Amino acid sequence: MSNINIICDKISKTYSGKLILKDISFSISSHQSLSITGRNGSGKTTLIKLIANIIRPSNGRITFQKNNADIPDDKRYQRIGLLSPYLNLYDELTAFENLSFFYKLRSSSNLNPDEKINSLLQKAGLYEKRNELIKNYSSGMKQKLKLLFAVIHNPEILLMDEPRTNLDKTGIDMICEISAEQKKHGILIIATNDESDKKLCDDSLNIEDYN
Amino acid sequence: MSELMHTSLMIFKKDFTSELRTRYAINSLVMFVLVTISIIRFAIGDEKIDNEILTGLLWIVIFFSTTSGLSRVFVKEEEKETSLALKLSTDPSSVFVGKLIFNLVLTFILNILILILFIAITGYQIKNLSGFIITVLIGNIGLVSASTIIAAIISKANSKGTLYPVLSFPVLLPLLLTVINATSLASSGIDTERLSGEIQILISYSVVVTVASLMLFRYVWED
Repeated sequence: MSNINIICDKISKTYSGKLILKDISFSISSHQSLSITGRNGSGKTTLIKLIANIIRPSNGRITFQKNNADIPDDKRYQRIGLLSPYLNLYDELTAFENLSFFYKLRSSSNLNPDEKINSLLQKAGLYEKRNELIKNYSSGMKQKLKLLFAVIHNPEILLMDEPRTNLDKTGIDMICEISAEQKKHGILIIATNDESDKKLCDDSLNIEDYN
Repeated sequence: MSELMHTSLMIFKKDFTSELRTRYAINSLVMFVLVTISIIRFAIGDEKIDNEILTGLLWIVIFFSTTSGLSRVFVKEEEKETSLALKLSTDPSSVFVGKLIFNLVLTFILNILILILFIAITGYQIKNLSGFIITVLIGNIGLVSASTIIAAIISKANSKGTLYPVLSFPVLLPLLLTVINATSLASSGIDTERLSGEIQILISYSVVVTVASLMLFRYVWED
């Protein structure tokens, strides 16, 4: 069975001369989970962005390995699923069109994804409104859709930043279910200060310990 | 290569659907063209204007309408914070090619509108039609290629509106000088063969800008 590792080696991040993260080091492998904690403004979101390869560290290095071989920077996105408040889907497309577009972009297979998308939408309670433009969705419905966007391609690494934001009980149950499933085959990292989210993860990293 | 084209076409299709539903760029472009050509009409009055001057006016309309419309493909992604979802779903080259195809299609449709209105209102004469079409076509490819990468650059900046013409003018100046000259020659009836020098410059510009843009886009796209 393939094994994926993320190795963060003394990573620091500076924005406009202000040090946000300093010398963070940790490593995580498949079947492991990590909660990133810290007060507001401590750099949890910055660390998630760094791991997701959205921004680059000012110092240090983040390495992705699969079966001990390095994964090049430009191939990392294929393995990552991200749920975050600063990521939006297309308001002018329907929920189904959004998921179908991103699934087809990410997948190299020609299999028709309709069945999978419909089943996910059903699970999230969005099936009835699948053909509505998402600009008409509530913030909770959008959050559920973003969760589906994060997991639709079965990523090996699932990153979630404050995942419970705006979610109702169905949504929170989905987070728990998806987290448990993710730990079976890949890596789960959650940036949170919510006690229930922390319990979904086996290990914890408090950013303030590094500052 | 086929995968690049496949994902690029998907991005183009998404942008096209999105544009048809929101009319984010089309409305402003059409309005811009109508207003500009109307102003030209009022300014000309009943005067008989030389074809050379009309060629210059034609390219002013084309240049400023592309300036007002083409930057939106990237600005919209940044403003609505959807670029991150794209970054996590495909490689930068596919995004650039998809946006380039979208801008090309938009510009060609727009140019047809501009030409019809411009000829109808100013009485602009085209004596060498094939030479004229080749020149405008290749000129547009160069214009769109350069505009698309500049759009990607300015989408990351705070003062997007003002930065676009400032950045695009020096980059597009060699293209504009050549294409205005070639269009003027073609419209005055010069043989297409005698336009080959200008056409070669336009092709070279388009190829160099497109290839350089493809190579540079990764660094622009990633923060």
